[in-house]
Amino acid sequence: MKYLCLVYLEKDKLHAVPDSDCKACGDGFRESGVLMAAEALHPVETAATVRVRNGKVSVTDGPFAETKEQLAGFYLIDARDLNEAISAAAKIPPAREGSVEVRPVRELNA
Amino acid sequence: MTTIDPVNEAITEAYVTHSRRVLATLIRLLGDFDVAEEALHDAFRAALEQWPRDGIPANPRAWLVSAGRFKAIDGLRRRSRFDQLDDFAERTEIGVIDAAAWADEESVEDDRLRLIFTCCHPALAPDAQVALTLREVCGLTTEQIAQAFLTPAPTLAQRIVRAKAKIRDARIPYQVPTPAELPNRLDAVLRVIYLVFNEGYAASTGSMLTRHDLSAEAIRLGRLLSELLPEPEVLGLLALMLLHESRRTARTSPGGELIRLDDQNRSLWDRQLIAEGTRLVERSLLSRRFGSYTIQAAISAVHAEAATPADTDWREIVGLYDALLRTDPSPIVELNRSVAIAMRDGPAAGLALIDAILARGDLVDYRLAHAARADLCRRLGHVADARAAYERAIALTQQDTERRFLERQLADLQQPASAAGAGKSRRTPSRQGEV
Repeated sequence: MKYLCLVYLEKDKLHAVPDSDCKACGDGFRESGVLMAAEALHPVETAATVRVRNGKVSVTDGPFAETKEQLAGFYLIDARDLNEAISAAAKIPPAREGSVEVRPVRELNA
Repeated sequence: MTTIDPVNEAITEAYVTHSRRVLATLIRLLGDFDVAEEALHDAFRAALEQWPRDGIPANPRAWLVSAGRFKAIDGLRRRSRFDQLDDFAERTEIGVIDAAAWADEESVEDDRLRLIFTCCHPALAPDAQVALTLREVCGLTTEQIAQAFLTPAPTLAQRIVRAKAKIRDARIPYQVPTPAELPNRLDAVLRVIYLVFNEGYAASTGSMLTRHDLSAEAIRLGRLLSELLPEPEVLGLLALMLLHESRRTARTSPGGELIRLDDQNRSLWDRQLIAEGTRLVERSLLSRRFGSYTIQAAISAVHAEAATPADTDWREIVGLYDALLRTDPSPIVELNRSVAIAMRDGPAAGLALIDAILARGDLVDYRLAHAARADLCRRLGHVADARAAYERAIALTQQDTERRFLERQLADLQQPASAAGAGKSRRTPSRQGEV
């Protein structure tokens, strides 16, 4: 089963964990066959938010919710169950600075 | 005229004795709480049909598991939910044909542990953990749980439905945690059990009867867990609950007023529960791997063995609070320790410690800190300080019985040295946490 591990960090902690640590974590996941995809993200200031209403595209800057922590990256993993996903998430280095939300991936009914 | 039907009686007995065990095993075999519950009902329906005709089976539990499992697979086939069946087969043990593989004593006992740990999984909301544990492990009905927690039944039912959906969708596994995970996961289970107990013991609201049932249910859970997993803290929590429970009839007056530990009629304490609790504390302490539940139980046991309040071994209690402060440091533990120090070294020593906690900014809005402070001021003859502290404590109190208790204290303070108070002259500080 697939789980998306969403890494959240406060703005001033976005670079608290060295990139090399995150890369090592991803490499470890890849070697053990857990990893499906992983990326780090630029800060929210670089984001554009897109909506389509009545067929019209509207674009605004940034994220629309003011939250302390922002999405800093993600790991898409393949795990047997939630416990295995949780133990993988606990190994993601930014878990020490911010938080990692573990979300089960839903198969589309189509 | 009705005659007693021995077969019906056997089925009723099988329900009481085995239904939770059978359910726990069916959840493992079928991989789904709802499917397993339906299978459990089908199994008992089959027993009602077949046992009168074929006789009571030699091993009713194995028979029920087998019948439930068969009915569930059959039901899925008939509804041609083959895809779902494949899905089950992939992640469960539905394909296991060998009865010995799932009906032996050890794996069945493991199933009960699996059920407890799954219901108390930290990914579930705390109130969902409580509801699910009472529903699935204890077998309480949704209505009973709703009544006990003064929650509307539909709200509670939805809480349970959502929890089961999360177990299924997020794939929370049906397993006993690995040794590495066990300490954390066990903490969550113990927290749920203690919460259920306190909900019944505090009796802050609601009818006393249903609340008492919650304490009894928590003790039953504690006993079950101590049989399945006799870890020191499991024994410690069971001991703590038994020692609290031993004072139940002594801690409230017939009118429902709270009676402090020191004012309780100790002949009303349940000696059998005290003996059992004390034995469990000793067992846990010997392990040297005990934690805060065991230490709290040990403190309770020291109180229990004192024939009168004056016989209380305060030196020992202070020592135990020191240990508790190392294991589980918190301002509340510090407050309780201050009160114990006051008993050992005099009110001034205790008051200085409490004032230091408050000066630090901790517990300034905690009613029991002010109640304890008021009591020590009173004993020191600082009447004005005592009055102010009682008033502060009363303003912070939400519970009716507690407020009335504090108001009585305040009233006593304002009529000092009355003849009626003579019998109660040797007042000791309020230790609400240990009432």
